[in-house]
Amino acid sequence: MYADQPGSLIQILQGAQDVYGYLPADVLQRIADRLGVALGKVYGVATFYSQFYLERRGRHVLKVCDGTACHVQGAAALADAVSSEYGIEPGETTADGELTTEIVYCLGSCALAPVTVLNDQVMGKMRPEDLLRRIKQSLQASPKSGA
Amino acid sequence: MAIRTGLGNLKSELAPVDDMGRRAIAVCRGTGCSSSASAELVQALRGVLAAHGLGDQVEVRRTGCFGFCAQGPIVVVYPGEVFYTQVTPEDARAIVEQHVIDGQRVDGLLYDDPATEGVTEKWHEISFYGKQQRVLLHNCGIIDPENIDHYLARGGYGALKRVLAQMTPEGVIEEVKASGLRGRGGAGFPTGLKWQFARSTQAWPKYVICNADEGDPGAFMDRSVLEGDPHAVLEGMMIAGYAIGGRAGYVYCRAEYPLAIRRMEIALAQARDAGLLGEDILGSGFGYDIYIKAGAGAFVCGEETALIASIEGGRGNPRPRPPYPAVEGLWHQPSNVNNVKSYAYVPHIIRRGAAWFRGIGTEKSPGTAIFALTGKVNRTGLVEVPMGTTLREIIFDIGGGIPDGKAFKAVQTGGPLGGCLPEAYLDTPVDFDSLREAGSVMGSGGMVVADETTCMVEFAKYFTQFVCDESCGKCPPCRLGSIRMLEALERITAGLGKPEDLDEIRRLAEGMRQSSLCALGQLAADPVMSTLRHFEDEYRAHIEERRCPAGQCQALLTYSIDPETCVGCTLCARNCPVEAISGERREPHVIDQAVCIRCGTCHDVCRFGAVVVG
Repeated sequence: MYADQPGSLIQILQGAQDVYGYLPADVLQRIADRLGVALGKVYGVATFYSQFYLERRGRHVLKVCDGTACHVQGAAALADAVSSEYGIEPGETTADGELTTEIVYCLGSCALAPVTVLNDQVMGKMRPEDLLRRIKQSLQASPKSGA
Repeated sequence: MAIRTGLGNLKSELAPVDDMGRRAIAVCRGTGCSSSASAELVQALRGVLAAHGLGDQVEVRRTGCFGFCAQGPIVVVYPGEVFYTQVTPEDARAIVEQHVIDGQRVDGLLYDDPATEGVTEKWHEISFYGKQQRVLLHNCGIIDPENIDHYLARGGYGALKRVLAQMTPEGVIEEVKASGLRGRGGAGFPTGLKWQFARSTQAWPKYVICNADEGDPGAFMDRSVLEGDPHAVLEGMMIAGYAIGGRAGYVYCRAEYPLAIRRMEIALAQARDAGLLGEDILGSGFGYDIYIKAGAGAFVCGEETALIASIEGGRGNPRPRPPYPAVEGLWHQPSNVNNVKSYAYVPHIIRRGAAWFRGIGTEKSPGTAIFALTGKVNRTGLVEVPMGTTLREIIFDIGGGIPDGKAFKAVQTGGPLGGCLPEAYLDTPVDFDSLREAGSVMGSGGMVVADETTCMVEFAKYFTQFVCDESCGKCPPCRLGSIRMLEALERITAGLGKPEDLDEIRRLAEGMRQSSLCALGQLAADPVMSTLRHFEDEYRAHIEERRCPAGQCQALLTYSIDPETCVGCTLCARNCPVEAISGERREPHVIDQAVCIRCGTCHDVCRFGAVVVG
């Protein structure tokens, strides 16, 4: 629906990512072909913005906010706790494809700092032990299909 | 909602369609309170009302942000504007049965105001609001932002009607100029003058762009306005479109604000239905529409030329100015770029007059300032005060001071391109010029408070890390300068700093300021330089004494056990991950400094306070 509107590449990529969960290489190629632009241009835009992912992400996604307010209220301790519990650094996904964690800058909920978002649910005033418990609950509540 | 057919009958149609003071329970549905379960609360209230047969007599109104996010979810019961805090779904029954039906206020949910004796009942009597003046936020917490009738009932679109019926575009620009409104994105450029530049450029079509890419960490003013009063932003953009001769408007909103985007989309659909957008608006002959573009996560897109590149669908790289967007902007056409708040002030200025606006605030910075007050302060939230209010009044009178009896250390304004001010500057009035003279900036409105436990070197390192991550990479001073700066700061916080590192930081800062392409690089060193200016002794303690006075830099801490306090319970020794602690049961333990990795576990687990951090 956007193909004929100029300046819609970002919206097209957002739409594709909503469908696939990330942006596989062949999808980028198809978008480039359809728009009649070089793959390099599509790739350039996809890599510029932090919300586009070129690799498959975990079934559960945890965002730890490290905006200024969350930073002074201890966001680093939250990220460290998750890293040591699940053995992944921010931006990585666990080997079983269950959990991806990432650091984001400011979700605008600063009055509730430190803030984390687990699968689009905003959780304010988090402490490391609460966060680990919420992650565990979330992972257990929706076990992998077929597992 | 009435469909408007012409200017003649608009006045009668704009008469209040809803008495906002009638029986209603207003529940905050801003992002903050929503994450504190206010959605479930709305459901619970409606359920209890329905059970008592009051479903159609008492409105449960979902409103925008009340600002007092620290005490959320907030509920206000009308009539009487009784202010309840930290309300849970379980409290719904008490609010309906005790307050609405029996007329008895629910004391347990009232705010226990430390500034006054006992609880406070009414919204505007709470000390948090005492020094505030809500101009931009006058609808936030009162109207349902998803209902255009509420906006109309509060005088909404009255300014647009007046502009289209009675004013020339030049007259609108003169009025905005006369009001002295300065751009609320942070730079403080006179808004009316900017509009005049866009109007005077001879090219067509022209565009109006609303910068809603509120990327500053620690800031949520724009988000609250978009979520709480979206029609005010649209009305301001329509008036701007009429004034500059615009064909269309774009709202560029960051994708991290899904609720704001949704509310804007709802507002746009309602405005189109009401005939306030489209061809021949209200029979005036003026044709105009507004579109929303969601960003995709890039701080630099808050810079106006990068933002335009992003609306065009490309990488958000800035380009050199001039030409300014007023001459050559979106699709190479003249474009007017303003911040969310700047547009939202305009309907108020048109409706109440430039002189009224000038009567608020200071001579050179008229109007109000809106801050997201966060960090180490008791009452975090959204604050709107007349320009010229002092930092001390905001942090201590409104914000209630520093939690846990700790000492104030610094306040950071202006986001990651702003600056930190120490206690000696607390009586600085907040306005564009005073803050700049003090070594910080007004910025868009982030205000983060740091206490004695915040290390200013680590704070500076944090901002530099942010710039490294968000630099678009186009120009080397920003791309490479920020990395070199970060390396120097990392050395200092790791206990490896040398005195020459401070010279290196100053040299890099000057280079970035002079030669970066856009404001991101030019201002990137400001947080570092402001901490160096006001807290140089803290930097020197790290470098010369290998000591972090705030006790935050792990590598510079030493842990030891006070033999007088230690009871020899062995808990610390059992929890130490590197077996650095030794000692017999019931005897004082000792930490081997050569083995200790300074993880702090012993300090955390000790029940007797025997582990001393130095």
